[in-house]
Amino acid sequence: MRIVVLIKPVPDPASAGERLGPDDRLDRAAVPAVVNGNDEYVLEAALKLVEAAGEGEITLLSMAPANAPETLRKALAMGAHRGVHVTDPALAGSCAASTARVLAAALHELEYDMVFAGIDSSDGVGGIVPAAIAAHLGLPYLSYAARIEPDMAGRTVRVRRISPTGYDLLEAPLPVVIGGTQALGEPRYPSLKGIMAARGKEIVTRSLADLGLDSAGIGGNAATTAVLGTQLPAARGATEIVRGSPDDGAARIVEFLAERRII
Amino acid sequence: MGALWVVAEPGPDGGLARISTEAATLVRELGVASGREVVGIVVAADPAPAAADLASYLPLVLTIADPAATSQTWSAVAAGHVAALLASEAPDAVFVGAGADGRDLAGAVSALTGLGVLVNATAVTWTESGPAVEMSVFGGRLLTTSGFTGGRGIVTVRPNVTTASPAGTVGRVEARTADTTTPLPAVRVVDRVSEAGAAAPIEEARVIVAGGRGVGGAEGFGIVQQLADTLGGAVGATRAAVDSGWIAYSQQIGQTGKIVKPELYLALGISGAIQHKVGMRTSGAIVAVNRDADAPIAEFADLFVVGDLFEVGAALLERLRARSG
Repeated sequence: MRIVVLIKPVPDPASAGERLGPDDRLDRAAVPAVVNGNDEYVLEAALKLVEAAGEGEITLLSMAPANAPETLRKALAMGAHRGVHVTDPALAGSCAASTARVLAAALHELEYDMVFAGIDSSDGVGGIVPAAIAAHLGLPYLSYAARIEPDMAGRTVRVRRISPTGYDLLEAPLPVVIGGTQALGEPRYPSLKGIMAARGKEIVTRSLADLGLDSAGIGGNAATTAVLGTQLPAARGATEIVRGSPDDGAARIVEFLAERRII
Repeated sequence: MGALWVVAEPGPDGGLARISTEAATLVRELGVASGREVVGIVVAADPAPAAADLASYLPLVLTIADPAATSQTWSAVAAGHVAALLASEAPDAVFVGAGADGRDLAGAVSALTGLGVLVNATAVTWTESGPAVEMSVFGGRLLTTSGFTGGRGIVTVRPNVTTASPAGTVGRVEARTADTTTPLPAVRVVDRVSEAGAAAPIEEARVIVAGGRGVGGAEGFGIVQQLADTLGGAVGATRAAVDSGWIAYSQQIGQTGKIVKPELYLALGISGAIQHKVGMRTSGAIVAVNRDADAPIAEFADLFVVGDLFEVGAALLERLRARSG
């Protein structure tokens, strides 16, 4: 079983320090990078599937600035086998459409049964890149996965896709692209042994030229979208604090909701 | 001059998803502001019910009937048809909801056409170089306005950015012939499973009553649910409550859950950690009940009641019921 897991280093959302740089692009040096939250869930799902199968290889694929291997090591420490790091100065400022093209080109060079991606990222929150990658590769796309059940002998996979009323059970022939959610289950913490082992694992670096892509038509130079301006959201008013009996609190809430015409 | 398209997503019972009625209202107003025609697109096994709904919002609705839209994942089937339409006609922008189906469609159509995507629009205005799309980023700490460098593209629209309102007149519905070859591989829908207790999507709720670690257990969500029912809202939760198995992941709000913007967010036993805050801080009114007066949510709630959530919740329920009774 060969699984490629897409890993996006994102500014740590817990830092609350994410910001745009002077060029209105995300300032990736402003705060330390971490593995995108939803990517950890799909990596955990991949690790469990390989463990259950008793065989397999998990390759991490990341398009990110030059310092990304620091973040990739953490994902390798969870148990992935190797990493591929696509990096090129021309990729700074890539739009989502361009990112999908680059990752699809990198996937063309790899062999896999399944590609796993977090359903969205905490910095962009667009949730469109996995679907675009699948379309570029001409592969089935199974999204919002809460459970992933491959049948390697039958060369198919079934996925529970979260729906507004429950879930849809999807099936497609391998290879596929799967977008996964937190419902797949809690990611493990890397063990000390895993952290030690990760130091020796291979991370291959690939540039745009290595992938046969021309920086004139892709990356920052060819972004399809651009930030035109920014503003701070309207500040919230001061917090009104109510102390007293439970009924005092309830009475004030009712009054507040009536003032705001919510009830 | 190109038109503005709204791609309708499937809703319950073959009708229209609520997000699509909101997107249609938003884009109709943008059509007036930009002097552009607005066209709805419905791809479904039987497009008639959704098309009739959409025609009450828009002057023209194009339909494509394709049985695969039900037996296979809708987004892959619809993306093929929308991309084929885009090859023959050149709208200035294509709008779709920012929910699961809309995101899947937007990503696939982007790859098939090369068009860029602006995501999670909270407002859209028109400039001489195309749409200017406002979105809330960094967990609600910044608003950006973005455009397409080529003037055209795809926009995903967040729920609750406008109130759906039908147009005064009913539009016309035109059937288009489906292209027989869709470019994307099929993903078969083997079964659609309803789970007990499944609630309306929380992103669409006008009122959310949410519980956190302080709720203490699955039984504790009883008061949360009762208050939500009384206020006509939905139940939300923090990751801690979901990870503890007290409530389904579909109700989780925050960094790896949903981002919501209801008119009222009533937070019970929620400390307001950053991972949760990023999912709800742009809510209209935030009311919190927490025993810990130093909880971070005290810094961004509009009203903060220091007290036991069960005691305050019970008193609140009684007062709300007395009021409506």
